[in-house]
Amino acid sequence: MTEPVREDDLHAYVDGALAEARRLEVEAWLAAHPDDAARVQAWAGQNQALHAAFDGVLNEPLPIDLVRAARRQPAHMPYKAVAAALALVASGLIGYGVGQRADQPMPAPLHFARDAAIAHAVFSPEVRHPVEVDAAHAAHLVSWLSKRIGTQLKAPDFGALGFELLGGRLLSDESGPVAQFMYQDARERRVTLYVRRAVAGNRETAFRHVTENGVEVFYWIDRDFGYALSGQIAHADMQRLGDAAYQQLVGKEAAAD
Amino acid sequence: MRARPDLIEHLPRLRRYARALTGDAARADDLVQDTLERALAKLDLWQPGSDLRAWLFTLMHNLFVNQLRARRPQDTALDEALEIPVSGGQMEALAARDLHAALARLPDEQRAVILLVGLEQFSYAEAAQVLGVPAGTVMSRLARARERMRQMLAGEPAVQLKVVK
Repeated sequence: MTEPVREDDLHAYVDGALAEARRLEVEAWLAAHPDDAARVQAWAGQNQALHAAFDGVLNEPLPIDLVRAARRQPAHMPYKAVAAALALVASGLIGYGVGQRADQPMPAPLHFARDAAIAHAVFSPEVRHPVEVDAAHAAHLVSWLSKRIGTQLKAPDFGALGFELLGGRLLSDESGPVAQFMYQDARERRVTLYVRRAVAGNRETAFRHVTENGVEVFYWIDRDFGYALSGQIAHADMQRLGDAAYQQLVGKEAAAD
Repeated sequence: MRARPDLIEHLPRLRRYARALTGDAARADDLVQDTLERALAKLDLWQPGSDLRAWLFTLMHNLFVNQLRARRPQDTALDEALEIPVSGGQMEALAARDLHAALARLPDEQRAVILLVGLEQFSYAEAAQVLGVPAGTVMSRLARARERMRQMLAGEPAVQLKVVK
């Protein structure tokens, strides 16, 4: 015998929460009760409208502040958590904010290198969605990121060094939007290039190198933009990629300090 | 030793929910930031293997409720009585056709339910867990929220409008 259809069933129908048999019963009920059918249709429309209104947030660049907050270790960690955090650092995976006190102000270029290293550590291990736009749409990717960053970007070509463009993603930090290009070689090692508008007052820095919790970063500021190449691969390989990026983007030989 | 769960992957959905809940991008990201800080401080209380997303949403919900309490010393009974004086001719104009406006006019606890279920696609049981209320309460709030939304979006007065000359 069929149970009478109650209000809760109508909602569960809209939310896809009914077992198949019950779903069919509710469907039969709706066919015979146009008022309920109209309400159900309106509710389903609300779900669609909510998605239409807010799904865009999912594709917004992630604010670096939030990325950093998600990576931060609590201020007073119990011993166990400290050990876990240190183990993560040792494993070379993550562990930002362990070495530095989060509240401590940092010189802007270092801050920049650290943001780049964080973004690298966050997205380079991603298996399913390492990039938002893949390299098959390279032209679109570069023009899209260029538009958001506000300058004509160029993704350096690392083909001669065995690294191919995998794609890119848009992030944001306090200076505004940030472009991240990701490259991968045949051994699936990944490096990322992080590009953002330079903070005023830091017009130019030399080609610099820093290691942030196991992530090597080569970075420089050229005119209005800051660039950082990050990776966790052999130092000599990183150096070659860094040189190539600097040469292609700045147009002169890199002289690392 | 326990591995540290990855909070990053939950950021996009926490931001979406917070945006819809608060109706304000900056306030929403502040709420997400507070949620992350709370989560890291309380990570020892999270049971590995249990649903991290539901736990994070629970933390966010509690923070949101606390913020509301801090803002509004006594809860205005929006749910029950909302009287808006309007002239007869303005009825149409006032009809909340815009989804954002309609959401903003829902009582906070109804807005939370309709978003958790309709947007974030939590099951009723998960929504009940996030909100810390019985499943029956989730259903009744959901029903009220959807009916109110339907009336607002259809241009019908969802609340008693006091018509003034």
